[in-house]
Amino acid sequence: MNIPEDLKYTKEHEWIKVNGNVGTVGITDYAQGELGDIIYVDVTTIGNEVKQGDTFGTIEAVKTVSDMYAPVSGKIKEFNSSVNDNPAIVNQDPYGAGWLAKMEISNMGDLDNLLPASEYKKLVGA
Amino acid sequence: MHKSLGAKIVEFAGFEMPVQYEGIIAEHLAVRNSVGVFDVSHMGEFFVKGKDALAFVQKVTTNDASKLVKGKVQYSAACYEDGGIVDDLLVYCFGDYFLLVVNGANVQKDFEWFSKNKTGFDVSLEDKSDDYSLLAVQGKNSITALQKLTGTNLSEMKYYTFTEGRVAGIDAIISRTGYTGEKIGFEIYVSSDKTISEKLWNSVFDAGKEFNIKPIGLGARDTLRLEAGYCLYGNDIDNTTNTIEAGLEWITKPDKGDFNGRSRIVSELENGVKRKLAGFIVDGRLVARHGYEIYANGAQSGHVTSGSFSPCMNKNIGLGYVQKQYSEPGTKIDIKIRNDFVNAEIVKIPFVGKN
Repeated sequence: MNIPEDLKYTKEHEWIKVNGNVGTVGITDYAQGELGDIIYVDVTTIGNEVKQGDTFGTIEAVKTVSDMYAPVSGKIKEFNSSVNDNPAIVNQDPYGAGWLAKMEISNMGDLDNLLPASEYKKLVGA
Repeated sequence: MHKSLGAKIVEFAGFEMPVQYEGIIAEHLAVRNSVGVFDVSHMGEFFVKGKDALAFVQKVTTNDASKLVKGKVQYSAACYEDGGIVDDLLVYCFGDYFLLVVNGANVQKDFEWFSKNKTGFDVSLEDKSDDYSLLAVQGKNSITALQKLTGTNLSEMKYYTFTEGRVAGIDAIISRTGYTGEKIGFEIYVSSDKTISEKLWNSVFDAGKEFNIKPIGLGARDTLRLEAGYCLYGNDIDNTTNTIEAGLEWITKPDKGDFNGRSRIVSELENGVKRKLAGFIVDGRLVARHGYEIYANGAQSGHVTSGSFSPCMNKNIGLGYVQKQYSEPGTKIDIKIRNDFVNAEIVKIPFVGKN
Protein backbone atom coordinates (compact mmCIF):
# COMPACT_ATOMS: atom_id res chain seq x y z
CA MET A 1 0.00 0.00 0.00
CA ASN A 2 1.28 3.40 -0.98
CA ILE A 3 1.46 5.98 1.85
CA PRO A 4 3.70 8.86 0.75
CA GLU A 5 5.89 10.39 3.46
CA ASP A 6 5.36 14.00 2.40
CA LEU A 7 1.58 14.08 2.99
CA LYS A 8 -0.58 14.54 6.09
CA TYR A 9 -3.52 12.26 6.71
CA THR A 10 -6.93 12.25 8.41
CA LYS A 11 -8.32 9.28 10.30
CA GLU A 12 -11.08 9.29 7.67
CA HIS A 13 -8.52 8.52 4.95
CA GLU A 14 -8.07 11.87 3.24
CA TRP A 15 -4.62 13.22 2.49
CA ILE A 16 -3.43 16.81 2.10
CA LYS A 17 -0.34 18.15 0.42
CA VAL A 18 0.61 21.67 1.49
CA ASN A 19 2.16 24.24 -0.80
CA GLY A 20 2.22 27.69 0.83
CA ASN A 21 -1.33 28.27 2.04
CA VAL A 22 -2.86 25.97 -0.59
CA GLY A 23 -3.65 22.38 0.22
CA THR A 24 -4.32 19.71 -2.39
CA VAL A 25 -6.70 17.10 -1.03
CA GLY A 26 -7.53 13.57 -2.04
CA ILE A 27 -8.31 10.14 -0.65
CA THR A 28 -5.68 7.59 0.26
CA ASP A 29 -4.68 4.45 -1.57
CA TYR A 30 -6.22 2.50 1.30
CA ALA A 31 -9.52 4.37 0.91
CA GLN A 32 -9.74 3.84 -2.85
CA GLY A 33 -9.05 0.14 -2.32
CA GLU A 34 -11.79 -0.15 0.30
CA LEU A 35 -14.30 1.76 -1.83
CA GLY A 36 -13.60 -0.22 -4.97
CA ASP A 37 -14.51 1.16 -8.38
CA ILE A 38 -15.26 4.87 -8.01
CA ILE A 39 -17.90 6.14 -10.42
CA TYR A 40 -18.53 9.76 -9.38
CA VAL A 41 -17.19 12.41 -7.07
CA ASP A 42 -19.68 15.03 -5.94
CA VAL A 43 -18.15 18.24 -4.59
CA THR A 44 -20.85 20.89 -4.17
CA THR A 45 -18.93 23.14 -1.80
CA ILE A 46 -16.70 25.04 -4.23
CA GLY A 47 -16.27 28.60 -2.95
CA ASN A 48 -17.52 27.63 0.51
CA GLU A 49 -15.68 28.05 3.77
CA VAL A 50 -15.54 24.73 5.55
CA LYS A 51 -14.25 23.78 8.97
CA GLN A 52 -11.81 21.00 9.66
CA GLY A 53 -13.80 17.76 9.70
CA ASP A 54 -16.78 19.15 7.74
CA THR A 55 -18.17 17.15 4.85
CA PHE A 56 -17.12 18.78 1.60
CA GLY A 57 -18.38 16.18 -0.84
CA THR A 58 -19.26 12.57 -1.43
CA ILE A 59 -17.68 9.75 -3.37
CA GLU A 60 -19.90 7.27 -5.15
CA ALA A 61 -18.40 3.84 -5.68
CA VAL A 62 -20.29 0.94 -7.23
CA LYS A 63 -20.87 -0.71 -3.88
CA THR A 64 -21.08 2.20 -1.51
CA VAL A 65 -21.10 5.95 -0.98
CA SER A 66 -18.76 7.80 1.34
CA ASP A 67 -18.48 11.34 2.64
CA MET A 68 -15.24 13.28 2.28
CA TYR A 69 -14.10 15.36 5.22
CA ALA A 70 -12.07 18.56 5.02
CA PRO A 71 -8.65 17.86 6.50
CA VAL A 72 -8.29 21.50 7.51
CA SER A 73 -10.47 24.63 7.78
CA GLY A 74 -10.51 26.89 4.77
CA LYS A 75 -12.10 27.69 1.46
CA ILE A 76 -12.73 25.03 -1.19
CA LYS A 77 -11.09 26.68 -4.20
CA GLU A 78 -11.17 24.10 -6.91
CA PHE A 79 -12.42 20.65 -7.79
CA ASN A 80 -10.51 18.33 -10.07
CA SER A 81 -13.18 18.08 -12.75
CA SER A 82 -11.17 15.62 -14.84
CA VAL A 83 -12.07 13.10 -12.15
CA ASN A 84 -15.64 12.97 -13.35
CA ASP A 85 -14.62 12.39 -16.96
CA ASN A 86 -12.66 9.40 -15.75
CA PRO A 87 -13.45 8.53 -12.11
CA ALA A 88 -11.18 5.47 -12.34
CA ILE A 89 -8.15 7.76 -12.01
CA VAL A 90 -8.99 8.09 -8.31
CA ASN A 91 -8.50 4.34 -8.05
CA GLN A 92 -5.45 4.29 -10.29
CA ASP A 93 -3.58 7.35 -9.04
CA PRO A 94 -5.12 8.61 -5.78
CA TYR A 95 -2.15 10.83 -4.85
CA GLY A 96 -1.54 12.19 -8.35
CA ALA A 97 -4.00 12.64 -11.22
CA GLY A 98 -6.80 11.52 -8.90
CA TRP A 99 -6.54 14.48 -6.48
CA LEU A 100 -9.97 15.85 -5.62
CA ALA A 101 -9.91 19.43 -4.35
CA LYS A 102 -7.71 22.42 -3.61
CA MET A 103 -8.25 24.39 -0.43
CA GLU A 104 -7.08 27.74 0.80
CA ILE A 105 -5.92 26.86 4.30
CA SER A 106 -7.21 29.38 6.84
CA ASN A 107 -5.37 28.05 9.86
CA MET A 108 -2.04 26.33 9.38
CA GLY A 109 -2.30 25.09 12.97
CA ASP A 110 -4.98 22.61 11.80
CA LEU A 111 -2.21 20.61 10.17
CA ASP A 112 -0.95 19.66 13.63
CA ASN A 113 -4.16 17.69 14.18
CA LEU A 114 -3.43 15.46 11.21
CA LEU A 115 -1.48 12.22 11.11
CA PRO A 116 2.00 11.91 9.66
CA ALA A 117 2.57 8.98 7.27
CA SER A 118 4.04 6.83 10.07
CA GLU A 119 0.87 7.20 12.20
CA TYR A 120 -1.46 6.69 9.25
CA LYS A 121 0.38 3.50 8.39
CA LYS A 122 -0.38 2.20 11.88
CA LEU A 123 -4.02 3.22 11.55
CA VAL A 124 -4.56 1.14 8.40
CA GLY A 125 -2.31 -1.68 9.55
CA ALA A 126 0.14 -1.25 6.69
CA MET B 1 -7.92 -20.01 -2.45
CA HIS B 2 -9.84 -16.79 -3.03
CA LYS B 3 -7.43 -14.76 -0.96
CA SER B 4 -4.56 -16.03 -3.05
CA LEU B 5 -6.25 -14.41 -6.06
CA GLY B 6 -6.25 -11.01 -4.36
CA ALA B 7 -9.87 -11.09 -3.26
CA LYS B 8 -11.47 -8.79 -0.71
CA ILE B 9 -13.28 -11.05 1.70
CA VAL B 10 -16.44 -10.59 3.74
CA GLU B 11 -18.31 -13.04 5.89
CA PHE B 12 -21.66 -13.94 4.36
CA ALA B 13 -24.04 -16.70 5.39
CA GLY B 14 -21.25 -18.20 7.49
CA PHE B 15 -18.94 -18.42 4.49
CA GLU B 16 -15.91 -16.32 3.75
CA MET B 17 -16.97 -14.76 0.49
CA PRO B 18 -15.07 -12.65 -2.00
CA VAL B 19 -16.68 -9.23 -2.62
CA GLN B 20 -14.34 -8.53 -5.44
CA TYR B 21 -11.11 -9.67 -7.02
CA GLU B 22 -9.97 -7.28 -9.71
CA GLY B 23 -12.83 -4.78 -9.33
CA ILE B 24 -16.59 -4.93 -9.74
CA ILE B 25 -16.74 -3.22 -13.13
CA ALA B 26 -13.98 -5.32 -14.73
CA GLU B 27 -15.53 -8.51 -13.36
CA HIS B 28 -19.02 -7.48 -14.48
CA LEU B 29 -17.82 -6.81 -18.02
CA ALA B 30 -15.86 -10.08 -18.12
CA VAL B 31 -19.14 -11.96 -17.62
CA ARG B 32 -21.02 -9.83 -20.16
CA ASN B 33 -18.27 -10.04 -22.79
CA SER B 34 -16.67 -13.43 -22.21
CA VAL B 35 -16.89 -15.66 -19.14
CA GLY B 36 -16.60 -15.45 -15.36
CA VAL B 37 -16.75 -17.90 -12.47
CA PHE B 38 -18.56 -17.44 -9.15
CA ASP B 39 -18.04 -19.69 -6.16
CA VAL B 40 -21.56 -19.80 -4.79
CA SER B 41 -21.11 -22.80 -2.54
CA HIS B 42 -22.98 -20.91 0.20
CA MET B 43 -26.26 -21.72 -1.58
CA GLY B 44 -28.34 -24.37 0.19
CA GLU B 45 -29.34 -27.73 -1.26
CA PHE B 46 -32.32 -29.64 0.12
CA PHE B 47 -33.51 -32.97 -1.23
CA VAL B 48 -37.19 -33.87 -1.07
CA LYS B 49 -37.87 -37.57 -1.51
CA GLY B 50 -40.70 -39.99 -0.87
CA LYS B 51 -44.17 -40.80 -2.09
CA ASP B 52 -45.50 -37.27 -1.54
CA ALA B 53 -42.45 -35.40 -2.81
CA LEU B 54 -44.35 -33.58 -5.55
CA ALA B 55 -47.33 -32.79 -3.32
CA PHE B 56 -44.97 -31.37 -0.71
CA VAL B 57 -43.10 -29.19 -3.21
CA GLN B 58 -46.48 -27.96 -4.47
CA LYS B 59 -47.50 -27.08 -0.91
CA VAL B 60 -44.34 -25.09 -0.07
CA THR B 61 -43.73 -23.30 -3.39
CA THR B 62 -45.76 -20.94 -5.57
CA ASN B 63 -44.90 -22.23 -9.05
CA ASP B 64 -46.47 -25.38 -10.49
CA ALA B 65 -43.97 -28.17 -9.96
CA SER B 66 -46.32 -30.67 -11.62
CA LYS B 67 -45.22 -29.14 -14.93
CA LEU B 68 -41.69 -30.36 -14.32
CA VAL B 69 -40.22 -33.47 -15.88
CA LYS B 70 -36.90 -35.07 -15.06
CA GLY B 71 -34.09 -32.72 -16.05
CA LYS B 72 -36.11 -29.51 -15.80
CA VAL B 73 -35.43 -26.64 -13.44
CA GLN B 74 -38.01 -24.15 -12.25
CA TYR B 75 -37.66 -20.76 -10.57
CA SER B 76 -40.08 -20.53 -7.68
CA ALA B 77 -40.80 -18.92 -4.34
CA ALA B 78 -41.70 -20.23 -0.92
CA CYS B 79 -44.25 -18.27 1.09
CA TYR B 80 -45.58 -18.10 4.60
CA GLU B 81 -49.30 -18.55 5.10
CA ASP B 82 -49.78 -14.76 5.00
CA GLY B 83 -48.18 -14.63 1.55
CA GLY B 84 -44.89 -13.11 2.79
CA ILE B 85 -41.92 -14.59 0.97
CA VAL B 86 -39.73 -17.08 2.87
CA ASP B 87 -37.24 -17.35 0.02
CA ASP B 88 -36.89 -17.60 -3.72
CA LEU B 89 -35.44 -20.84 -4.96
CA LEU B 90 -34.77 -23.24 -7.81
CA VAL B 91 -36.63 -26.54 -7.99
CA TYR B 92 -34.78 -29.37 -9.77
CA CYS B 93 -36.86 -32.36 -10.84
CA PHE B 94 -35.08 -35.73 -10.70
CA GLY B 95 -38.24 -37.64 -11.65
CA ASP B 96 -39.50 -39.01 -8.37
CA TYR B 97 -37.54 -36.64 -6.16
CA PHE B 98 -36.61 -32.95 -6.07
CA LEU B 99 -33.66 -30.73 -5.23
CA LEU B 100 -34.48 -27.30 -3.82
CA VAL B 101 -31.67 -24.74 -4.09
CA VAL B 102 -32.15 -21.88 -1.63
CA ASN B 103 -30.28 -18.72 -0.69
CA GLY B 104 -27.26 -19.21 1.53
CA ALA B 105 -28.39 -16.73 4.16
CA ASN B 106 -31.73 -18.54 4.47
CA VAL B 107 -30.66 -22.18 4.73
CA GLN B 108 -31.53 -22.64 8.38
CA LYS B 109 -34.73 -20.60 8.29
CA ASP B 110 -35.95 -22.38 5.14
CA PHE B 111 -35.15 -25.82 6.47
CA GLU B 112 -37.06 -25.14 9.68
CA TRP B 113 -40.03 -23.78 7.75
CA PHE B 114 -40.10 -26.67 5.27
CA SER B 115 -39.72 -29.18 8.13
CA LYS B 116 -42.78 -27.68 9.86
CA ASN B 117 -44.71 -28.16 6.65
CA LYS B 118 -43.95 -31.89 6.37
CA THR B 119 -46.86 -32.86 8.60
CA GLY B 120 -49.25 -35.08 6.67
CA PHE B 121 -46.81 -35.67 3.82
CA ASP B 122 -44.93 -38.92 3.29
CA VAL B 123 -41.61 -37.23 2.50
CA SER B 124 -38.04 -37.02 3.67
CA LEU B 125 -36.37 -33.64 3.64
CA GLU B 126 -32.60 -33.57 3.80
CA ASP B 127 -30.31 -30.57 4.09
CA LYS B 128 -27.28 -31.47 1.97
CA SER B 129 -25.90 -27.93 1.81
CA ASP B 130 -22.63 -28.90 3.44
CA ASP B 131 -22.09 -31.70 0.92
CA TYR B 132 -22.14 -29.52 -2.20
CA SER B 133 -19.88 -26.95 -3.75
CA LEU B 134 -21.38 -24.82 -6.49
CA LEU B 135 -19.61 -22.95 -9.24
CA ALA B 136 -21.52 -20.66 -11.59
CA VAL B 137 -19.73 -20.30 -14.92
CA GLN B 138 -21.48 -17.51 -16.79
CA GLY B 139 -21.13 -15.71 -20.07
CA LYS B 140 -21.08 -16.48 -23.77
CA ASN B 141 -17.75 -18.32 -23.70
CA SER B 142 -18.74 -20.52 -20.76
CA ILE B 143 -20.07 -23.19 -23.09
CA THR B 144 -16.88 -23.58 -25.13
CA ALA B 145 -14.72 -23.54 -22.02
CA LEU B 146 -16.78 -26.10 -20.16
CA GLN B 147 -17.28 -28.34 -23.17
CA LYS B 148 -13.57 -29.17 -22.99
CA LEU B 149 -14.17 -30.69 -19.56
CA THR B 150 -17.23 -32.82 -20.15
CA GLY B 151 -18.67 -35.48 -22.43
CA THR B 152 -22.15 -34.02 -21.92
CA ASN B 153 -23.17 -32.13 -25.05
CA LEU B 154 -23.73 -28.71 -23.53
CA SER B 155 -25.09 -27.14 -26.69
CA GLU B 156 -28.00 -29.57 -26.54
CA MET B 157 -28.96 -28.35 -23.07
CA LYS B 158 -31.80 -25.85 -23.04
CA TYR B 159 -32.10 -22.93 -20.65
CA TYR B 160 -33.39 -24.11 -17.25
CA THR B 161 -32.52 -27.75 -17.74
CA PHE B 162 -29.93 -29.92 -16.00
CA THR B 163 -28.27 -33.26 -16.30
CA GLU B 164 -26.03 -35.47 -14.19
CA GLY B 165 -22.64 -35.93 -15.75
CA ARG B 166 -18.94 -35.50 -15.22
CA VAL B 167 -16.93 -32.29 -15.39
CA ALA B 168 -13.15 -32.57 -15.24
CA GLY B 169 -13.67 -36.20 -14.26
CA ILE B 170 -15.82 -35.18 -11.28
CA ASP B 171 -19.41 -36.31 -10.75
CA ALA B 172 -21.55 -33.22 -11.16
CA ILE B 173 -25.00 -31.83 -11.60
CA ILE B 174 -24.68 -29.63 -14.68
CA SER B 175 -27.38 -26.98 -14.80
CA ARG B 176 -27.98 -24.44 -17.52
CA THR B 177 -29.06 -21.70 -15.16
CA GLY B 178 -27.65 -18.54 -13.65
CA TYR B 179 -28.26 -15.29 -11.83
CA THR B 180 -26.57 -12.94 -14.27
CA GLY B 181 -29.04 -12.51 -17.11
CA GLU B 182 -26.61 -14.24 -19.44
CA LYS B 183 -28.44 -16.61 -21.74
CA ILE B 184 -25.41 -18.86 -21.80
CA GLY B 185 -24.26 -19.90 -18.39
CA PHE B 186 -23.97 -22.99 -16.25
CA GLU B 187 -24.10 -23.87 -12.59
CA ILE B 188 -22.12 -26.94 -11.59
CA TYR B 189 -22.79 -28.78 -8.36
CA VAL B 190 -20.03 -31.07 -7.11
CA SER B 191 -18.91 -32.61 -3.84
CA SER B 192 -17.74 -30.08 -1.27
CA ASP B 193 -14.68 -32.26 -0.59
CA LYS B 194 -11.87 -29.72 -0.79
CA THR B 195 -9.71 -31.74 -3.19
CA ILE B 196 -12.64 -32.21 -5.55
CA SER B 197 -14.01 -28.66 -5.51
CA GLU B 198 -10.53 -27.18 -5.96
CA LYS B 199 -9.89 -29.54 -8.84
CA LEU B 200 -13.05 -28.29 -10.52
CA TRP B 201 -12.12 -24.63 -9.88
CA ASN B 202 -8.64 -25.11 -11.34
CA SER B 203 -9.88 -27.14 -14.31
CA VAL B 204 -12.47 -24.48 -15.19
CA PHE B 205 -9.81 -21.77 -15.08
CA ASP B 206 -7.48 -23.80 -17.28
CA ALA B 207 -10.28 -24.43 -19.76
CA GLY B 208 -11.26 -20.76 -19.81
CA LYS B 209 -7.77 -19.37 -20.05
CA GLU B 210 -8.02 -18.64 -23.77
CA PHE B 211 -11.14 -16.54 -23.01
CA ASN B 212 -9.43 -14.63 -20.22
CA ILE B 213 -11.80 -16.23 -17.71
CA LYS B 214 -12.02 -14.33 -14.41
CA PRO B 215 -13.13 -15.06 -10.86
CA ILE B 216 -16.14 -12.93 -9.96
CA GLY B 217 -17.08 -11.68 -6.50
CA LEU B 218 -20.35 -10.91 -4.77
CA GLY B 219 -20.17 -7.27 -5.85
CA ALA B 220 -20.43 -8.04 -9.55
CA ARG B 221 -22.91 -10.82 -8.85
CA ASP B 222 -25.16 -8.09 -7.49
CA THR B 223 -24.69 -5.63 -10.38
CA LEU B 224 -25.22 -8.41 -12.94
CA ARG B 225 -28.44 -9.64 -11.39
CA LEU B 226 -29.70 -6.08 -11.03
CA GLU B 227 -29.19 -5.35 -14.73
CA ALA B 228 -31.14 -8.54 -15.40
CA GLY B 229 -33.93 -7.28 -13.11
CA TYR B 230 -33.67 -10.30 -10.81
CA CYS B 231 -34.85 -9.95 -7.23
CA LEU B 232 -32.42 -10.36 -4.37
CA TYR B 233 -33.92 -11.88 -1.26
CA GLY B 234 -33.49 -9.55 1.70
CA ASN B 235 -33.49 -6.51 -0.56
CA ASP B 236 -36.29 -6.69 -3.12
CA ILE B 237 -38.29 -9.49 -1.57
CA ASP B 238 -38.71 -10.63 2.02
CA ASN B 239 -41.37 -11.75 4.49
CA THR B 240 -43.18 -8.39 4.15
CA THR B 241 -43.62 -8.63 0.38
CA ASN B 242 -45.56 -11.05 -1.78
CA THR B 243 -44.88 -12.42 -5.22
CA ILE B 244 -47.56 -10.36 -6.94
CA GLU B 245 -46.17 -7.04 -5.69
CA ALA B 246 -42.68 -8.21 -6.56
CA GLY B 247 -43.51 -8.85 -10.22
CA LEU B 248 -43.23 -12.59 -9.70
CA GLU B 249 -46.77 -13.33 -10.86
CA TRP B 250 -45.20 -15.48 -13.58
CA ILE B 251 -44.01 -17.98 -10.95
CA THR B 252 -47.26 -17.83 -8.96
CA LYS B 253 -49.83 -20.40 -10.00
CA PRO B 254 -52.95 -20.28 -7.83
CA ASP B 255 -54.74 -22.65 -10.23
CA LYS B 256 -52.48 -25.53 -9.25
CA GLY B 257 -54.32 -26.06 -5.94
CA ASP B 258 -53.58 -25.09 -2.37
CA PHE B 259 -50.18 -23.85 -1.27
CA ASN B 260 -48.76 -21.66 1.46
CA GLY B 261 -49.84 -18.07 0.94
CA ARG B 262 -52.41 -18.89 -1.74
CA SER B 263 -55.38 -17.09 -0.18
CA ARG B 264 -53.41 -13.84 0.20
CA ILE B 265 -52.13 -14.16 -3.34
CA VAL B 266 -55.63 -14.77 -4.72
CA SER B 267 -56.85 -11.72 -2.84
CA GLU B 268 -53.99 -9.62 -4.24
CA LEU B 269 -54.86 -10.80 -7.73
CA GLU B 270 -58.57 -10.14 -7.31
CA ASN B 271 -58.34 -6.81 -5.53
CA GLY B 272 -55.17 -5.53 -7.13
CA VAL B 273 -51.94 -4.79 -5.30
CA LYS B 274 -51.31 -1.41 -3.66
CA ARG B 275 -47.65 -1.31 -4.62
CA LYS B 276 -45.39 -2.82 -7.24
CA LEU B 277 -41.71 -3.46 -7.56
CA ALA B 278 -40.51 -1.37 -10.49
CA GLY B 279 -37.25 -0.65 -12.24
CA PHE B 280 -35.95 2.88 -12.60
CA ILE B 281 -33.11 4.81 -14.20
CA VAL B 282 -31.73 7.76 -12.27
CA ASP B 283 -31.07 11.04 -14.05
CA GLY B 284 -27.50 12.02 -13.23
CA ARG B 285 -24.62 10.42 -11.49
CA LEU B 286 -25.76 9.90 -7.92
CA VAL B 287 -26.60 6.33 -7.03
CA ALA B 288 -30.01 5.57 -5.53
CA ARG B 289 -29.26 2.93 -2.93
CA HIS B 290 -31.22 0.45 -0.83
CA GLY B 291 -33.57 2.21 1.59
CA TYR B 292 -33.69 5.63 -0.11
CA GLU B 293 -37.16 7.19 -0.32
CA ILE B 294 -39.05 7.37 -3.62
CA TYR B 295 -41.45 10.29 -4.22
CA ALA B 296 -44.16 10.67 -6.83
CA ASN B 297 -46.44 13.64 -7.26
CA GLY B 298 -44.86 15.37 -4.30
CA ALA B 299 -45.45 12.64 -1.74
CA GLN B 300 -43.53 9.60 -0.67
CA SER B 301 -44.59 6.61 -2.75
CA GLY B 302 -42.13 3.95 -1.67
CA HIS B 303 -38.48 3.13 -1.30
CA VAL B 304 -35.52 1.82 -3.20
CA THR B 305 -34.79 -1.86 -2.61
CA SER B 306 -31.72 -2.24 -4.85
CA GLY B 307 -29.68 0.41 -6.60
CA SER B 308 -26.35 0.53 -8.31
CA PHE B 309 -24.28 1.78 -11.16
CA SER B 310 -24.86 -0.30 -14.28
CA PRO B 311 -21.52 -1.01 -15.96
CA CYS B 312 -23.24 -1.97 -19.23
CA MET B 313 -25.53 1.06 -19.45
CA ASN B 314 -23.15 3.48 -17.77
CA LYS B 315 -26.17 4.75 -15.85
CA ASN B 316 -27.51 4.41 -12.35
CA ILE B 317 -30.35 1.94 -12.09
CA GLY B 318 -32.43 0.38 -9.39
CA LEU B 319 -35.51 -1.43 -8.19
CA GLY B 320 -38.01 -0.16 -5.69
CA TYR B 321 -41.56 -0.42 -4.46
CA VAL B 322 -43.90 2.36 -5.55
CA GLN B 323 -47.66 2.77 -5.33
CA LYS B 324 -49.20 0.86 -8.19
CA GLN B 325 -50.40 3.98 -10.05
CA TYR B 326 -46.77 5.12 -10.36
CA SER B 327 -45.33 1.79 -11.47
CA GLU B 328 -45.87 2.11 -15.22
CA PRO B 329 -42.83 2.61 -17.45
CA GLY B 330 -42.42 6.28 -18.33
CA THR B 331 -43.62 7.54 -14.94
CA LYS B 332 -41.42 10.29 -13.47
CA ILE B 333 -40.39 9.82 -9.88
CA ASP B 334 -37.97 11.53 -7.51
CA ILE B 335 -35.54 9.76 -5.25
CA LYS B 336 -34.23 11.39 -2.12
CA ILE B 337 -30.47 11.02 -2.25
CA ARG B 338 -29.07 12.59 0.89
CA ASN B 339 -30.37 16.20 0.71
CA ASP B 340 -31.39 16.18 -2.93
CA PHE B 341 -34.47 15.05 -4.77
CA VAL B 342 -33.11 13.45 -7.90
CA ASN B 343 -35.24 12.78 -10.99
CA ALA B 344 -35.71 9.23 -12.13
CA GLU B 345 -37.98 7.39 -14.51
CA ILE B 346 -39.72 4.06 -14.20
CA VAL B 347 -38.56 1.70 -16.94
CA LYS B 348 -39.26 -1.84 -18.04
CA ILE B 349 -37.05 -4.56 -16.64
CA PRO B 350 -34.75 -6.28 -17.47
CA PHE B 351 -32.51 -3.26 -17.87
CA VAL B 352 -30.08 -5.20 -20.03
CA GLY B 353 -31.53 -7.65 -22.54
CA LYS B 354 -30.44 -11.25 -22.63
CA ASN B 355 -27.67 -11.54 -25.16
